[in-house]
Amino acid sequence: MKKNELVLKKRKVGSRNSSIPFRGWLVICVSLMTLFLSPILASLLHSLKTAKDSAMSPPTFLPPTFSLENYKSLVNSSTGVISNGIYLYIWNSVVLAVITVIGTLILSTLAGYGFARFNFKGKELFFAAILLMIMVPFQALLTPIYFLFSQTGLQNSLLGLGLIYITYQLPFSIFLMRNTFMVIPKALGEAALVDGCTQFKIFKTIMLPLARPGVISVALFAFFASWNEFIAALTMISVQEKYPLPVILTLLTDRQMGATNFGFLQAGVMVTMIPCIVLFLFLQKYYVSGLISGGVKS
Amino acid sequence: MKSTRNSSMAGVWFILPAMIFVLVFFIIPLIAVVVMSTTNFPLLGDVTYIGFQNYTDIFSDTEFHQTIIHTLVYTFLVTPPLFIVGLGTALLIRRTNKLSSFFRTFFFMPLVIGFGSAAFLWYWLLDPGTGYIPQLFREIGFGRMEKPILGYMPGALIAVILMVVWKFSSFQMILLMAGMQGIDPEVLESSEIDGAVKWKQLRYVTFPLIKRTLVMVFILSIAGSLLAFDQFFIMTGGGPEGQTQTMVFYIWRQAFRSFNLGYAAALSVVISIFLLLVSLIQLRYIDEKE
Repeated sequence: MKKNELVLKKRKVGSRNSSIPFRGWLVICVSLMTLFLSPILASLLHSLKTAKDSAMSPPTFLPPTFSLENYKSLVNSSTGVISNGIYLYIWNSVVLAVITVIGTLILSTLAGYGFARFNFKGKELFFAAILLMIMVPFQALLTPIYFLFSQTGLQNSLLGLGLIYITYQLPFSIFLMRNTFMVIPKALGEAALVDGCTQFKIFKTIMLPLARPGVISVALFAFFASWNEFIAALTMISVQEKYPLPVILTLLTDRQMGATNFGFLQAGVMVTMIPCIVLFLFLQKYYVSGLISGGVKS
Repeated sequence: MKSTRNSSMAGVWFILPAMIFVLVFFIIPLIAVVVMSTTNFPLLGDVTYIGFQNYTDIFSDTEFHQTIIHTLVYTFLVTPPLFIVGLGTALLIRRTNKLSSFFRTFFFMPLVIGFGSAAFLWYWLLDPGTGYIPQLFREIGFGRMEKPILGYMPGALIAVILMVVWKFSSFQMILLMAGMQGIDPEVLESSEIDGAVKWKQLRYVTFPLIKRTLVMVFILSIAGSLLAFDQFFIMTGGGPEGQTQTMVFYIWRQAFRSFNLGYAAALSVVISIFLLLVSLIQLRYIDEKE
C-alpha cells in the first residue's frame, strides 16, 4: 500500500493531467491553440495587405507590405460595393445591440425574480410557454413574423428586429436570472418588507445589486446574439442603410472588376468580430459561468 | 393570508412584461404559422383557405426531400467530430490552474465570433486563388487545387463541417468540463487506484456520472445542426446544384425568394414538429435520471 501511494505521488508530480506527462500535454495544448487561432490570425494578416497583394495567387502568408488600404476602403463609401461607409453599419449594429441588451435585461431580471420568489396563478402556464419556446425553432416562425411586421410597419426597422432578439433571448436569460436569484437568501428582503418597502423596491435596491454576475452574463449573451444574428436580420431588413454588420458582409463579397476583393472582405470580418473578442477577453468569467448556469442547470 | 395574496399578485407583475413579449412575438406567430399553412398566402390579393393542400404538396416535393436528406447527413457527420473535439479539449483543460485557463481562453475564441463572420472568414480561407487552405494543400503536394473546394461535393460539405467543428466545439467543451468538474475527485481517484485504464474510467465512471450533461450536449448539437442555415447560405449558397441546401435554407427560399408564404408555413410546421420530438426525447431522458 505504501509503495502504491508513492507511485501515485510520483505520477502526480510528473504530470498535471495524470494520464499524460506535462510536456506532452503542453505540446498538444499549444498545437490545438495554434489550430484554433490560425484562421483568425490569417484573416487579420490578409486584411492588412494592400488590395493588390490580397488578390495575389498563390497568396503569401505575411503581407509583403502592411497597409490599411482595405480598412480605408471600408470607411470610404465611394469605393462602390456598399453605398455608405462602414461606420453606418457599425452604428446599426450598435443600436441593435443596445436595444437588445437593455430590453433583455429589464424583462429577464424581472421575470427571473418573479419565478424565483413568488407563487402565483399562471406560473406553470408561463413556464410551459418558455419551455415551448426552447423547443420550437425560431427560424420556423420567421414567415409569420415577417408577415406581421409587414402589416405593422416594423419591417426594415432596427427596433422591430431588436424586439425579436429580445423575445428569443428570454428563455435562456430568464432561467439564468432565476438561478441567480434562487441562491440569494430570501431573508435579506423580508426585513425590508416589514419596514414597509414595496416588492419592487426590494427587487431594485437589494436583490438586483446582489445578482450582478447573472446580470452581466445576460447582457453579454444578449450582445453576442444581436451582434452576430444573421437569418432574421437578412429577412426583416431589406434596405441597405439599415443593414447590421453580418448582413453587410454579404455585399462585400460582390465582385469588383471581375473578382471578389478578399482583403476587403476580411477587413469587414475583422470589424465584425473584434468587438466580440475584446468583450470576451474582458468578461470571460461571466461568459463561462453564464453558459454553465443557463445551460446545464436549466 | 393577506401577505401571501399580496405577494402572489406581485409575482404576476414581475413576469408580465416578459409574458407580453412572449405572447406577441412567439405565441401569436405560432398560431399564425399554423393558420397560414392552411392557405395559399400571396403577398398581394386574397387569402384562400386550401385545407391540407400545402401538406400534401410536401409529399411530392422532391427538392424538399433532398434537403431533408442533406440536413440529416450533415447532422450525422458533424455531431461525432464536434463531440470528440469538445470532449478531448475538455479533458485536457478541466483542471483549474492558470495554464489550463490560459489555453481555454484561446480554444474559446472561435465560439464568440458569430457564425456569419466565421463563415465569411472560411469562405476566403477556402478560395482556390487567394485562400490559405488550398495553398497549404498545394505546398504539401496535393496538386494544383484549381477546383474550388466549396464548388464540389463532398468537398463543400467537408469544408463546412471543418468550419463548424472549429467554430463550435468549445461550446461542448465548456459544458462537458463543467459536468466533469462536478464529479467528486475521490470517485475518480479510487477508480484509478483500482487500475482502471483511462478510457475505461471515462466510459464506466465519468460518463454515467455526467449522463445529464451528455444528453444535453448531444441534443443541443443535433438540434442546432438540424436548423443549420448561416454556414451553408454563406459558404456554399446551397450549391453545387442545391446539394448542400438545408431544410431551413429551403423554407427560407420558399418564403422570401419565391414568396410562397403558405407553403413555407406548412414546411415550418413540419420542421417544428420534428424538432419538438427531438426535444421531448431529451426531456424524457432527463426525467428518467431524476
